[in-house]
Amino acid sequence: MATTVNKDIFQPTKFGGKYTVTLIPGDGIGAEVSESVKEIFKADNVPVEWEQVDVSGFEGGTKHTEQLFRESIASLKRNKLGLKGILHTPVERSGHQSFNVALRQELDIYASIVAIKNIPGYDTRHKNVDLCIIRENTEGEYSGLEHQSVEGVVESLKIITRAKSERIAKFAFAFALANNRAKVTCIHKANIMKLADGLFRNTFRKVAEDYPMLEINDMIVDNASMQCVSRPQQFDVMVMPNLYGGILSNIGAGLVGGPGVVPGCNMGRDVAVFEPGCRHVGLDIKGKDQANPTALILSASMLLRHIGLDDHANRISQSVYRVIKEGKTRTRDMGGNSTTHEFTRAILNEMEKV
Amino acid sequence: MLACRSFAVPARQCLRRANGTSRWAPALVQAQSRSYASNDRVAAFNGQKGNDGKYTVTLIEGDGIGPEIAQSVKDIYSAANVPIKWESVDVTPRLKDGKTVIPDEAIDSVTRNYVALKGPLATPVGKGHVSLNLTLRRTFNLFANVRPCKSIAGYKTPYDNVDTVLIRENTEGEYSGIEHVVIDGVVQSIKLITREASERVLRFAFQHAQQIGRKKVRAVHKATIMKMSDGLFLSTARDVAKDFPDIEFDAELLDNTCLKMVTDPTPYNDKVLVMPNLYGDILSDMCAGLIGGLGLTPSGNIGDECSIFEAVHGSAPDIAGKQLANPTALLLSSIMMLRHMGLSDHANNIESAIFKVLAEGRTITGDLGGKAKTYEYADAVIKALK
Repeated sequence: MATTVNKDIFQPTKFGGKYTVTLIPGDGIGAEVSESVKEIFKADNVPVEWEQVDVSGFEGGTKHTEQLFRESIASLKRNKLGLKGILHTPVERSGHQSFNVALRQELDIYASIVAIKNIPGYDTRHKNVDLCIIRENTEGEYSGLEHQSVEGVVESLKIITRAKSERIAKFAFAFALANNRAKVTCIHKANIMKLADGLFRNTFRKVAEDYPMLEINDMIVDNASMQCVSRPQQFDVMVMPNLYGGILSNIGAGLVGGPGVVPGCNMGRDVAVFEPGCRHVGLDIKGKDQANPTALILSASMLLRHIGLDDHANRISQSVYRVIKEGKTRTRDMGGNSTTHEFTRAILNEMEKV
Repeated sequence: MLACRSFAVPARQCLRRANGTSRWAPALVQAQSRSYASNDRVAAFNGQKGNDGKYTVTLIEGDGIGPEIAQSVKDIYSAANVPIKWESVDVTPRLKDGKTVIPDEAIDSVTRNYVALKGPLATPVGKGHVSLNLTLRRTFNLFANVRPCKSIAGYKTPYDNVDTVLIRENTEGEYSGIEHVVIDGVVQSIKLITREASERVLRFAFQHAQQIGRKKVRAVHKATIMKMSDGLFLSTARDVAKDFPDIEFDAELLDNTCLKMVTDPTPYNDKVLVMPNLYGDILSDMCAGLIGGLGLTPSGNIGDECSIFEAVHGSAPDIAGKQLANPTALLLSSIMMLRHMGLSDHANNIESAIFKVLAEGRTITGDLGGKAKTYEYADAVIKALK
């Protein structure tokens, strides 16, 4: 052999016909909804072995928070695949940096994809919404670089680089092509942040030259937010820096029925972590058996498609859609009064019929 | 890296606390001094009536459809006998010492009258110079942008009963304009948050809540990620809230606000939202989207000395001069101006006339689905006056 590097080194780990996937349930409703995913995977005999890391954004427990966080990073680096709930981030200045952000930066999972789509049978204020938000995950306003020049004067740095802007733009175009999308919209605030967002926008335009088959346009973030709530049907794939992604994915989630139904994933060169698209911890309904596991289940079925287990993915996602469409069993956020367990049970029943 | 930071932050925190309480740190005293005594009204109107019993108000008609919609405002005001005399000025930028500046006459006029009404100005996108809107804001130090959004009966959107009030910090934050290229392909843009500017806008928010009879103020932030900058805004908010015991204060993460407002905006009807610059920019336009766009939303820029009330929509050069424009946004902005000047009776009279015409839906402009010309709409409002 001429090379010592196995060409499969970047592939997800697979032993004995099973994939090992890191599971980070997260805080808030995380434990309940990941329980639901585990149950569904088990019932469908999905060849996935979970490697669970109970890292939490709260201090306490037997192990030190930081140590568990390192463990979860190591596990993700090993397995290259993860399913993750959302970790709590304290507001206090003395608290730790957001683990969610640190994890994305550490693993360089640079592209966040959030799929905003109406679920058939679950009516919201807006119809025929079908858009995809691609968000740069590793720089921008979330650089974590802040300092206090003098008492009462704080500077926070937003970093935009050409390399990362180019990477995310290419990703967005490739994603649009692979998923038969027609239009990519770049969201920015280049009229005010002429250099930073200007660089992002110009890089997007430059990369777009390589994709003449796709329609492109760009829009200022405040206008995009306004258009999103008045005429969301005009959007297809949207690509943007970090903070705007956070804002628009939440607006988008509001359009189609809340954070409980919006799946998402974070892609890097090596590692892919699937997590609910709209990153809410859900502390208020923690432990009440009210949480909607749809977002995590759909994220999990995205994971299955990612590793080529389409049969399992389709069976699971279709069952979820059918249960919601039927409308008898819905969790509270969707206007029903079923518990997380009842909703999961309904999906399991539906899966048996397929 | 993470570990280092988590140790460093509490350490810095301790140092800062030590500095904050010590009395012997003269260099810091200036920066710490509170700019307002707690009872002072921020940005009160200082204008006086002239000899003819009228206030003089600077009118910046603006570009494109600006002159037409300004004419509607003038017509309606004279019909309603509002004690206001307009002083039209031109703000087309001039080149002075190699910089684009607003003409001195315009600045003098606003400074003299303390208050101005402004139509849309065309801002060239992507050009090197600072937008005129931004220049006006800087010149007159207009630190707060007030953006109420109220559902208009007669214009149906997916959202009913929206009645939000949003106040945006207008001078710093992400729009500080401090940016530089570190090396080719790497740009740093600085978000600047100061206690002084935060306190000023927060104090104004609480006072505005009292003025419009709302009992709750909510600060919107992203302090989970930007712990120091948004953290400073948030902690200042908590401090200012102590001076307003009759107003309930809470804080909400930006993500939650976006999500909840789009899902159901009605819980925000009893609150005043206050936030840093960028969030305010995005959320205020989003709120406008909830009720049908920028053609229906007023806006006020409040400064220590002067205040400028404006229509935030574009100058629509494509329909300029055709009497197709909708003057509602400028009219509603002028009503905010009347309330700011203490002319609430006139404000109520004109406002109810506008809402009546819109609700009837017979004489409305093309953007709302009607056929009326700009002047026909204005005439209908005049007829509906008491």
